[in-house]
Amino acid sequence: MLDKVKKLIAFYEEVLELPHRTEIARELRDEDDLFLLMLYSEMIGIPNPVYYYTLELYPYMIEQFHDWHLRMGMEKSPLTGIRCC
Amino acid sequence: MNAIALAAIGIFIFILGYRFYSKFVAEKIFRLDPNYVTPAHQYNDGVDFVPTNKFVLWGHHFTSVAGAAPILGPAIAVYWGWLPAVLWVVLGTVFAAGVHDFGTLVLSVRNKGQSVGTLAHRLIGQRGKVLFLFIILILVLMVNAVFAWVIANLFISYPASVLPVFIQIPLAIWIGHAVYKRNKKMLVPSLVALAVMYITAIVASQVSFLQIDLVQYMGGENGSGLFGLGSISTAFFIWIIVLMVYVYIASTLPVWKLLQPRDFINSHQLVVGLGILYLGLLFTNPEITAPATNPDADISWFPLLFITIACGAISGFHGLVSSGTSSKQLDKETDARFVGYLGAVGEGILALVSIIAVITLFPDRESFFATYSSFTAANGAGLGSFIEGATSLAHGLLIPNDVASTIVSIIVVSFAATTLDTSVRLMRYIISELGVEYKLPVLEKKHVATTIAVVASAALVLLPEGPNGFGSGGYLLWPLFGTSNQLLAGISLLLIAIWLRKLGRNYIVVIIPMIFLMFMTLWAMFQQVFLQWAWYADQPNTLLFVFGAIIFVFTMWIILTAVQVLSKKADPDFKE
Repeated sequence: MLDKVKKLIAFYEEVLELPHRTEIARELRDEDDLFLLMLYSEMIGIPNPVYYYTLELYPYMIEQFHDWHLRMGMEKSPLTGIRCC
Repeated sequence: MNAIALAAIGIFIFILGYRFYSKFVAEKIFRLDPNYVTPAHQYNDGVDFVPTNKFVLWGHHFTSVAGAAPILGPAIAVYWGWLPAVLWVVLGTVFAAGVHDFGTLVLSVRNKGQSVGTLAHRLIGQRGKVLFLFIILILVLMVNAVFAWVIANLFISYPASVLPVFIQIPLAIWIGHAVYKRNKKMLVPSLVALAVMYITAIVASQVSFLQIDLVQYMGGENGSGLFGLGSISTAFFIWIIVLMVYVYIASTLPVWKLLQPRDFINSHQLVVGLGILYLGLLFTNPEITAPATNPDADISWFPLLFITIACGAISGFHGLVSSGTSSKQLDKETDARFVGYLGAVGEGILALVSIIAVITLFPDRESFFATYSSFTAANGAGLGSFIEGATSLAHGLLIPNDVASTIVSIIVVSFAATTLDTSVRLMRYIISELGVEYKLPVLEKKHVATTIAVVASAALVLLPEGPNGFGSGGYLLWPLFGTSNQLLAGISLLLIAIWLRKLGRNYIVVIIPMIFLMFMTLWAMFQQVFLQWAWYADQPNTLLFVFGAIIFVFTMWIILTAVQVLSKKADPDFKE
């Protein structure tokens, strides 16, 4: 019986958290997008003094970059420097 | 007749509808495929597109669509007796709302999780998109005006509810902060907030100085208020201005700061509200005292009933939720039946108990007719009757009357306030979108769009004059709200029909509710606009005439578009 009540509470909590989880994920994604922009701003013409260092992150970021440009409605990578697809 | 029996019959028909009719639609018409890769899997981004358990998704879908509208509409419509209202709620839910909510969900799932607005563009063309935007604009404008009136009216009638409702705002901000910034679980804080609100409600019901009663402050009902207005009129004016300032702030804040945490609290309130009503019904076992039909009605139920009860029988707003968020989270395509159809059934169950609360309230038929003396009187009295009816059901659970009426009015105000927040926000987006469409970049600015939305809504709610003068006649807009909601549902059903037609499938289950809905809306609007509100008719009203005429033109537009598009043959090259 106690297990069933616990399950019911867990279910109810999950219902409540559904929109909340979306919003948290959205906020985090927006922050990530900003981070990405800061790393590779040089590629779109904004001077970035630490570009050579951030470029080292390129292999780690490439998948995320691919998702980003798809999300922004661009089928192919907008930057010639990054050839993810 | 016994009210429990009526509720049981209604729920039994809902179960039959889900068990058999929705199964037929799912298998034979929509041909749901358990192996279809839903947008939640195809575009899984961890944000909008996330495969979600069907029970959880249903819970979220239901709490998003349930609000104050399925309470108010039925409480007005019982004017024609309980039988027409119950039949429309039950049959409307089974054959119209269920198919509509389920259909928009499937349509969106089969089209990359796109919303009905985008689909209107794809299936009808540019004209369809603009038509769609204007109809939503009219709908949200009506929602803003009607719900602002609902809240102002309840604040004046139940002054003990003011303080708990305002306490909800800082509590919601606190929850928002705790959850988002400190990553706390939200169940406990939101339950604490609910407890604080209800304790405040209990205390405020007993202690008169905690009741913010503007009318009493101005010397009672016959007192004089500001600018030479009466006290009630001034109270309406003040509350509406306060509400508009509040929605301006609320709708420009990020959703997680105020809107969402309020929704957490309101989800509890929905459970509490339904619990009080249905348990109260079981414990009090009341008899239905209202008449089954009203042969002496001053205006016929046919076709006005079908626009008086919109939410609860069929509502276009559900299509926005189905195609906006739920379709992006559907795990399996076959879950659409559970989430979409049962979401509509949930709303039907709420509307059914609203009817029961009102029709069991009165000691006899005479007192019912004294309150519901005319259709206009019913429009004004519906809300108060529901609160009193729900209070007497709650009394069966040993909750004192004054506390129960305060809590029920808090629940209704909370629902209405959340709807108001959301619809002002939606109106802002639509104004911005129209700015893009007509190349007016100034409309795209957040504060410009919000100012237009808030000022237009405030003007609309203050303009109609009720029995208590300026500001008290917002309920007169109710038929226009119902009509615009039905129009939106009509256009969504049209989109589903066009989609099925292009696929070469049988679309009769969709087109029949659509034709019914359009016919009733057109007829009702014709009756109201040209025979009642026009300058030559018996109740001339320029404001209602202008809005009614605009809606009438839109209805004609939709019908012509439907005929034009549906007359084309199935498209063999059309891809899902």
